[in-house]
Amino acid sequence: MNLPISLTINGVRREIVLDDPRVTLLDLLRERLDLTGAKKGCDRGQCGACTILVDGWRINSCLALAVSHDGAVITTIEGVAQGDQLHPVQAAFIAHDGFQCGFCTPGQIMSTIGLIQEGQAGDDPERVRECMSGNLCRCGAYAGITEAVLEAQANMTHAKQRRSA
Amino acid sequence: MMNFDYVRPANVADAIAAASEKGAAYLASGTNLLDLMKGGVCRPSRLVDVTRLPGLDRIERLADGSLRIGALVRNAYLAHDAEFAYAYPAVAEALLSGASAQLRNAATVGGNLLQRTRCAYFYDVGSACNKRWPGAGCDALKGENRLHAVLGWSEGCIATHPSDFCVPLVALDTVVEIEGKDGRRELPLEALHRLPGDAPSRETELERGDLIVALRLPAQAKDFAAHARYIKVRERTSYAFAVVSAAATLRITDGKIGEARLALGGVAAKPWRAREAEQILAGASPDAALYREAARAALADAKPSGDNTFKIELAQRIVVRALSLAAAGTPARIPALPGSPFSSVAGA
Repeated sequence: MNLPISLTINGVRREIVLDDPRVTLLDLLRERLDLTGAKKGCDRGQCGACTILVDGWRINSCLALAVSHDGAVITTIEGVAQGDQLHPVQAAFIAHDGFQCGFCTPGQIMSTIGLIQEGQAGDDPERVRECMSGNLCRCGAYAGITEAVLEAQANMTHAKQRRSA
Repeated sequence: MMNFDYVRPANVADAIAAASEKGAAYLASGTNLLDLMKGGVCRPSRLVDVTRLPGLDRIERLADGSLRIGALVRNAYLAHDAEFAYAYPAVAEALLSGASAQLRNAATVGGNLLQRTRCAYFYDVGSACNKRWPGAGCDALKGENRLHAVLGWSEGCIATHPSDFCVPLVALDTVVEIEGKDGRRELPLEALHRLPGDAPSRETELERGDLIVALRLPAQAKDFAAHARYIKVRERTSYAFAVVSAAATLRITDGKIGEARLALGGVAAKPWRAREAEQILAGASPDAALYREAARAALADAKPSGDNTFKIELAQRIVVRALSLAAAGTPARIPALPGSPFSSVAGA
């Protein structure tokens, strides 16, 4: 069964023909499009390492069938920096040691970008931890991750206010 | 994962026709179904993708004061709708206490109703399970069963329904709108899920091809907005299913409870409405002794199905806590830890 779909991935429109309906967005990105930033941790929606943005919303790409997302706009970790200039969330993770081994980090960063867009956490570390509970870190870098999320959110909010001033 | 045919119908009638064949299953977001398919627990031969069906992703305020939520509205979208959270705070709190942000962004409200139990023996295809294989037996009965049902279970199945969302919805008399081969019908949510009895594989009253298209909260559900909480005990602070939970909503006038609604989660194969407890609460002055009496009534028929005697006492304490917190008043904003009994909210 050939299933043609169209996706916009990191700003580039891609016409893709799936030869199998079972392909998840995660496997499509990693195995067929060489975008290996999103990681396969549990492959069951429990760890968050595969987090990407679909139409602006953070989701687990391991639990999303590619064929069902025909027409979607997707952002992965590969699409967030501007050339050599890191995304503010990437910079904050480095500044606050928000990782150790790095395996969960693309998912953590995409989840943070999603969280900031959702606008639910504010400057409350308890809300940040709650809103990031879908991303596990086996190295236990949670303290740095929480600080990174808070700083990135503050920086991005200030930048927005400066632009609109 | 077993292979399947994929179809994406353009309208509800085509979807019902496509899903009426043996082996077909509806696919919405798939956050539970794909997980089950990866484990070989569900093996549909055809997936009918309903995500593009027109008109099912709307929240509508109807002229009679009721609220109609399309089956494809995402859990997060509904919970963060400010008007919704203001009018039905216990429902918003329950939604936000469930799963993770990523899953809430994807999962639909219709899918939430139809998610399957998280009984480990149901998930493990090497174990005996009457849900997966009618007549096979139940390995949970003699297994790790401290999280299993204490109400309404049978020797055939002791699994619980995992939804948080459904618990306050049942308390608030939510109605489910269903499209099927013979047209549209409605069912109270309380009547959608079945107790296991001798047919645990039959989990709901839905017939083959039936599609949930919307939920409807009746106009009266808004009357409880000032005193409404959902409280949920988990084995970790966040991103875990309920050990037990309770939705308590009260209408308080002149210091007396005019009307109470109470439902429990994590205790049975369906969201459990506690009507006898509601009758005890109605007309009484809110105080701790009254809450304890209501809690005893809510769990009067409970019996352990294994190593879970503790859940009967725990459920009563959660009922008391949920009623106390509801009586103290709905917080202005949903707490940082939604549903948590450990949240640092005034009155907690």
